[in-house]
Amino acid sequence: MDKLLELENLHVSFQTYGGEVKAVRGVSFTLEKGESLAIVGESGSGKSVTSKAVMRLLPNKIGSIKEGSIRFEGKDLAKATEREMEKIRGSEISMIFQDPMTSLNPTMTIGKQIMEGLRKHQNMNKSEAKERSINLLKLVGIPNPELRVDEYPHQFSGGMRQRVVIAIALACNPKVLIADEPTTALDVTIQAQILDLMRDLQDKTGTAIILITHDLGVVANLAQRVAVMYGGMIVETGTADEIFYKPKHPYTWGLLASMPKINSDSKELLAIPGTPPDLMNPPKGCPFAARCPHAMEVCIDHMPDATDVSSTHKAACWLLDERAPKVEPPEAAVVGGAR
Amino acid sequence: MLRYIAKRVFSMFLTLLIIATITFFLMKLLPGSPFNNQEKLTESQRFALNEKYGLNDPVPVQYINYLGKLAQGDLGYTFQYDGRTVNSMISNGIGPSATIGAEAILFGTLIGLILGIAAALKHNSVIDYGAMVVAVFGIAIPSFVFAGLLQYYVGVKLGWLPVAFWNGPEYHILPAFSLSVGVIATVARFMRTEMLEILGTDYILMARSKGISKNAVILKHCVRNSMIPIITILGPLSIGLITGTLVIENIFAIPGLGEQFVKSINLNDYPVIMGTTLFYSFLLITIILVVDILYGIIDPRIRVAGGKS
Ligand SMILES: Nc1ncnc2c1ncn2[C@@H]1O[C@H](COP(=O)(O)OP(=O)(O)OP(=O)(O)O)[C@@H](O)[C@H]1O
Ligand code: SF4
Ligand SMILES: [Mg+2]
Repeated sequence: MDKLLELENLHVSFQTYGGEVKAVRGVSFTLEKGESLAIVGESGSGKSVTSKAVMRLLPNKIGSIKEGSIRFEGKDLAKATEREMEKIRGSEISMIFQDPMTSLNPTMTIGKQIMEGLRKHQNMNKSEAKERSINLLKLVGIPNPELRVDEYPHQFSGGMRQRVVIAIALACNPKVLIADEPTTALDVTIQAQILDLMRDLQDKTGTAIILITHDLGVVANLAQRVAVMYGGMIVETGTADEIFYKPKHPYTWGLLASMPKINSDSKELLAIPGTPPDLMNPPKGCPFAARCPHAMEVCIDHMPDATDVSSTHKAACWLLDERAPKVEPPEAAVVGGAR
Repeated sequence: MLRYIAKRVFSMFLTLLIIATITFFLMKLLPGSPFNNQEKLTESQRFALNEKYGLNDPVPVQYINYLGKLAQGDLGYTFQYDGRTVNSMISNGIGPSATIGAEAILFGTLIGLILGIAAALKHNSVIDYGAMVVAVFGIAIPSFVFAGLLQYYVGVKLGWLPVAFWNGPEYHILPAFSLSVGVIATVARFMRTEMLEILGTDYILMARSKGISKNAVILKHCVRNSMIPIITILGPLSIGLITGTLVIENIFAIPGLGEQFVKSINLNDYPVIMGTTLFYSFLLITIILVVDILYGIIDPRIRVAGGKS
């Protein structure tokens, strides 16, 4: 196995007026070369914070890594200096953000925005960088790249802008691409196109992708492995098949049940009742206990350890303890059955 | 864009015509004649003078005559000095006025930008609070108060700089600085708000995720974009400066347009009052037009919209 990125016991906190928000509380995962890993979870579960921590782009002063390590090719990014990070950002690890309408500078031509990274990391001169920018635009499927390279973001549609953003992110052939909800802000048809593009580019470039989303449909399309996040922790990880067909954690069941099913007669979506935990005073035990239909006494006071289900599949739930009662996932969470 | 400019220039002349008309009739409504104050004049002398300057004609005739000359750029003769044109008075006075005006806006914008940027980058620090206290005082306290304070402390007590008059570069410093305080304050506040907003945008995060150093991101993406809206406030700021010069020139006894204007009002010198008012209006409208066009050129979003309309 070629471990590219390895997070271990990562803790991230924000100092706010109300107190310390413990947004990420002990996240561990690995990403291998060329692999695609999806991180799924509800809003506020800490997905974006985790990815910003990897890039070391947490808001200065208030956000900080409290504990843990982020090993990238053996080097701990959690302890890297700003100088070292500047060399890694954009060239080894890059990032795409959720809203393509706001992630491009409105007063700079897209060509200049692509060239910035190239000139910094690959020492290209202006004309080489421009040449490469045009090629990149072609690669992400933008027609007339020679003309469009000199245009401004507002002259592009949302989907086209996201293609530009992808071109920027891939400009220097990074080893890791973190895509934070890359399609959430787009129309459904455009979403599919962007996902196709990403898969296509991954085949071509071999870039490892961390795909952040709360849409399991997106995951099924793109990811080989899935990490399910809740309340600042990863509650279950496994291959896409394991998560979709043999989920073990009640929160994953809830997510699967709330996924719209294409062939199902019932139009109703089963949203998980309740609200996520307060990260200022996180629960001592299982973060999902307050909303879990199977919660037991032990869940409230004791954090469940991650239990191996298979060599690739882990879940942190007391139901996996041998003393626990046997509980079957609800009908709605069975992906194969409902389809 | 050209059609847009043509339209704007046309409406500019219409505005000037309206201003000319209003000023003309307001003048006529004012009590007193230019020669009232000269008590030594006999009735017949006064009549002769009125005749000479066309003040005995019916008002509509005076109005038509006035507009006719105006169309040729002729603002008429002053009543104060025999045979001097208003045009020559304006061109004499404009030098010092334009100089301190330009100095104030350049200096004020520069210092304002620096303060605003520093405040935003050191958000919620001593620098931030300090800059904002300066800004609040700068906006709240009128420039003539600063002028008086500076004259007294820097001019009289310390004796570092001349208290008044207009005889060389060192005479510019106090009046230009007094005028610029408002500009500093406004620009600083505006720049700080813009910077803070842009620092929080996704595209700044995106730029940093490319590996560009923080300082380069701040300079190339943040400062640059924050300065674009500053251009829009330069219009109103210049207008404020023009009214500011009226007072400041009097305080520092600078032989500029403002000082002349105030003097002409005291002497009921209609042609100079009207001429100067028109000149000021022309200046203001031109500044606003130039600022709008500049904004269109600098901001690509507007550039395209303007091109299509
Ligand atoms: N700058 C910040 N200051 C204080 N708290 C923050 C800040 N950024 C994030 N948080 C907190 O961290 C937690 C996790 O946020 P995060 O953005 O990672 O969620 P997410 O999983 O990405 O959700 P979403 O799907 O909405 O993007 C949230 O509870 C949020 O309130
Ligand atoms: S540990 Fe308990 S509360 Fe948490 S998910 Fe499992 S059963 Fe539910
Ligand atoms: Mg997020």
